[in-house]
Formats: sequence, structure tokens, C-alpha cells
Amino acid sequence: MATTRAQPDFRTRLQDWLPRIVLSPSIAMMFVFVYGFIVFTIYLSFTDSRMLPSYDWVGIENYVRLWGLRAWWTAVINLGIFASLYIVICTAIGLSLAIFLDQKIRGEGLLRPIYLYPMALSFIVTGTAWKWIMDPGIGIENTMHLWGWESFEFRWIKDRDMAIYTVVIAAVWQTSGFVMAMFLAGLRGIDNEMLKAAQIDGASNWNLYRRIVIPLLRPAFLSAFVILAHLAIKSYDLIVALTGGGPGRATELPATFMYSYTFTRNSMGIGAASAVIMLMSIAAIMTPYLYAELREKK
Amino acid sequence: MSVATQDTAVRTGRVTRTFIYVFLLLFALFYLMPLFVMLANSLKPLSEITEGNMMALPKVWTLEPWAKAWSSAQIGVEPTGLRPYFLNSILMVVPAVAISTVLGALNGYVLTKWRFRGDSILFGLLLFSCFIPFQIVLIPMAMVLGKLGLAGSIPGLVLVHVVYGIGFTTLYFRNYYAAFPTELVRAAMIDGAGFFQIFWRIMLPVSGPIAVVSVIWQFTNIWNDFLFGASFGGQSQPMTVALNNLVQSSTGVKEYNVHFAGAILAALPTLLVYIVAGRYFVRGLMAGSVKG
Repeated sequence: MATTRAQPDFRTRLQDWLPRIVLSPSIAMMFVFVYGFIVFTIYLSFTDSRMLPSYDWVGIENYVRLWGLRAWWTAVINLGIFASLYIVICTAIGLSLAIFLDQKIRGEGLLRPIYLYPMALSFIVTGTAWKWIMDPGIGIENTMHLWGWESFEFRWIKDRDMAIYTVVIAAVWQTSGFVMAMFLAGLRGIDNEMLKAAQIDGASNWNLYRRIVIPLLRPAFLSAFVILAHLAIKSYDLIVALTGGGPGRATELPATFMYSYTFTRNSMGIGAASAVIMLMSIAAIMTPYLYAELREKK
Repeated sequence: MSVATQDTAVRTGRVTRTFIYVFLLLFALFYLMPLFVMLANSLKPLSEITEGNMMALPKVWTLEPWAKAWSSAQIGVEPTGLRPYFLNSILMVVPAVAISTVLGALNGYVLTKWRFRGDSILFGLLLFSCFIPFQIVLIPMAMVLGKLGLAGSIPGLVLVHVVYGIGFTTLYFRNYYAAFPTELVRAAMIDGAGFFQIFWRIMLPVSGPIAVVSVIWQFTNIWNDFLFGASFGGQSQPMTVALNNLVQSSTGVKEYNVHFAGAILAALPTLLVYIVAGRYFVRGLMAGSVKG
């Protein structure tokens, strides 16, 4: 009796479980390669790992040493400078381009892809191009001299105090078009009638944008901020290609710090600790954002 | 994000309008300038760069730098040019994109049409994994790839890119399928259609646009990746790593023209995709940031 029933039962049960079975490889990979690895790296950050992973617990020693390192402070301060300028400038350029592009501009279809194409490039390509463009020997400085502006000087990339700003320039070039696209999508979603009404009431263009349009773009601002902040914290390739962290160590960021301490300076424990701090700062930005986004959908 | 057609244009005077056009054109020049510099200088003999003006068109046009970057420039210790690395990138990108897109489609299908308790938590975890700084997984990944015997190999890189790509592909397909009427799926179920039948006959035929978005996004991301390629590439380094080695090499004369040609070669595949399917590229970007 039982055995004859088992056949259809098994098949329906299989049907019931099939979705979960199909999903399971991805979920398994996620738990191992993402969350398992995160736990493992956190664990390593509490051990005395050097060239190879070691499992001897040393408590928070790595974190204490990390925050005592000049190089780490340089990286953190650089990230602060880089991230704030990068976010502010990208947002300003992106917003201006979007608002201007939204004024029934002839050739919008041609301009938009021009603003956005850098986003399709690798940061290594961007870094290579700007490295030579900003090079005093062959780049802009040389060009200006040849064009007759003899006193023109632009050698930030060779200057310890200014090199971090060259990273901002290249990064803004790469992503500001993308921010433009985000704002443009936001602008196109705004109800036109409201603007017409305000205009009839005699509001000036400036006030119209300041009082009505820009506040309505709040979601786009939030998205832009989150995306840019997380890109800034993860910035690695651009530094490698553009400045190599130099001159000296003047443009190290946490991402390059982590790499060099872990893989070339044989301080895996400290490298792991710095990665944990990077993760925590990204989590602090992303988690509330993703949580809110997922909630809204229901 | 809805692709609305309305613009928020306001009435503007002639002065304002002129200013707007000048502003927009100046920025267009800013974005185009590096591409122009790369292209123009990749077609010059080296002497024209070191003694001449970066912004000038070549006086003598030459394809020499391109040939050199492609087949004979010194990359690391071998004078192989970028060609073998270009091939590495292709061999890595094609399977990684295919696998992650197929998995993303299946995941999105399950997460919208076969919901179960706790599925949104799983999706949230998957989504968060898109944004982690990959430094947090570098050390264990290196160990695991070593244990699996995949260190420094193309299959190893494919695995890495699939693992860290399915978050985004799942996101795309999930949001896309969420808008697809569940009633149709229910009706098919009542008619006795199974899990894969419904996927194959009902979902897949309407998945064209989102599949394109997913493929383009994955292609661009994986082609442009540097961190994983540099960490786990070993003997099978992708194009980005090779380009960086070419540019950073400290021996001999700096051949800027070859560097620029190499940079364009590295950028060409994603640039072509952008030119051919820019609309989908933008959609992918937006879906990765502003969902819905």
C-alpha cells in the first residue's frame, strides 16, 4: 500500500522542492564564497598571520597596530579627501548636465552617449590615459607650453601633496556621466504639470529648481551617494594604473594598502584587519539603503 | 526606473540657452579628450609624442604602435604583445557571462514565481554580496583556488567571476520577472506544466531584453576587472593586467604610442558593446543602482 503511493508522492514532492534545488547552488556558493570567506577573513584579522595564514589568536592586536601605522592613516585620510571630492564633484557635474540636457536640447541623443561612454571602460584604461595626459613631460603642461602659455604649470601627479587630486580628476571623468544618467532618469519621472503651475505663478527658473525640482530628486541623490561612496571605498585599479600609490606613498588608499600588506609585506593579519574595516564602512552605507529599497517593493 | 518621455524644460532666454549649449559642449569635449589623445597618439611615431604636442594630429600616420602592442611588445618578461592576454580575457569572459546569466535567470524565476519562506532574506544576502569590497575575500579565495588546483588558471577566474556575478544577474532577472503576471504561471501549473516547462515555454521567450542587459553588464564588468585578474591570474592573466604590466614596465624607453594603442585594444570590446547596445548598457547601470 505504502509503496504504491510513494511513487506520485515522490514526484509531487520533487516538484515542490525543485525550485529550492535549483536555487541551492547559487545560495551555497554565496554562503561559502561570500559570507564564509568574510567570517574567515574576520577570523584571520585576530590571528598572527604573516606570509601564510596562521591560526594563533592574538585578539585585537592587529587592529591596534593598524591604527598605529602611518601608512594606514595616510590611506584613510586620502580616502576621506578622495571620496568627499569625488562624490561632491560627480554629483554637481551630473546634476548640472542632467538639468541642462533636459531643456529640449538639440543633439541630446548625441551628447548623452558621449557623457556616458567612459563608464564602459576599465579603470586601467582610464588610469593609463590620464597618467600620460597629466604627465608634465608629454601631457597638458607640455601642450600649453607649445601653445604659447610658457608659465603654465600642471605637475600634480608628481607632487606628493597634490597627487591625490589627480585621482579625483580621472575618477570624476569616468563616473560623472553615469551620475548624469541617474539624475536625468529622475528628472524625466517628475510630473510636468506641477512645474507649469509653478511657472504660471511666476516662480523664477532658479527658484523652480531649488524649491521644487531638486527636492523631488531626493531618491536620485541618495542612489548617487550610495553608489559613489561604495565605488570610492573600493577604488583600487585606478590607483594602480594612475599613480601606483605614489609618488612615494602619497596616493595609497585602503584598498591598495590591504593588497600590499597582505601579499607583498607579509602582514596578512594587518591586511585582513584593514579589509574588515573596508567591509564595515561599506556595510554601514549599503545595508540601510538596500533594506529600504527592498522594503519599498512590497 | 521608468523611461519617461517628459522633460522638465523651463522657458529660457537666449543668453541662458547659449550658456547651456556652451556648457554641454565643453563637457562633451572633456569626455572626448582622452579618447582623442589615445587615438591620435597611438598613430604617431614615438618621436612625435616626446618632441611634439599631445593634442596634435599625427604628421606621419603609422600603425606600427598598434602592431607592436598587439604582437611584439614586452609584457612582463616575454615579448608577446597583448594578443595572448586578449585571448585569455575572451576565454574567461564567455563562460563566466554565460554561466552567471543562466543562474541569474533561474534564480530570478524561483525568487518571483516559486516563492517560499525566507526567500527575501536570501535575496537580500545575495544583493549585499554584490557590493562587498573584494579585499575581504582575497585571502580565502587564494587558498581555496590553490586547494582546488585552479590557481592561476582560466577556470579559476571563471569560477571567481561567476560567484561574484550572480548577485547582479539575479537582481536583474528577479526585478524583471516580478513584473510578469503570476496568473499566467498559475494557469500553466493548473494545466500540469512543471517547473522547467514553465520556465522554458513561458518565461524564457519574454526574457530577451533583460538577458541582453545581464550579458552586457557581466561582459563589461568581467572584461574590465583588474583585482581578481591580478590576484588569481597567474599564467592566465587577462587583458587589463597585461596592459598595466605594459604601461608600468620600468625597463627601456617609455613607448607612449604603444601604451595608448594597448589601452585602446583593451577598451575596444566593451566600447563596441557600448556603441552597439548602449541603451541596454544604461539600463543595466540604472537597475544596479535605482531598482524598480
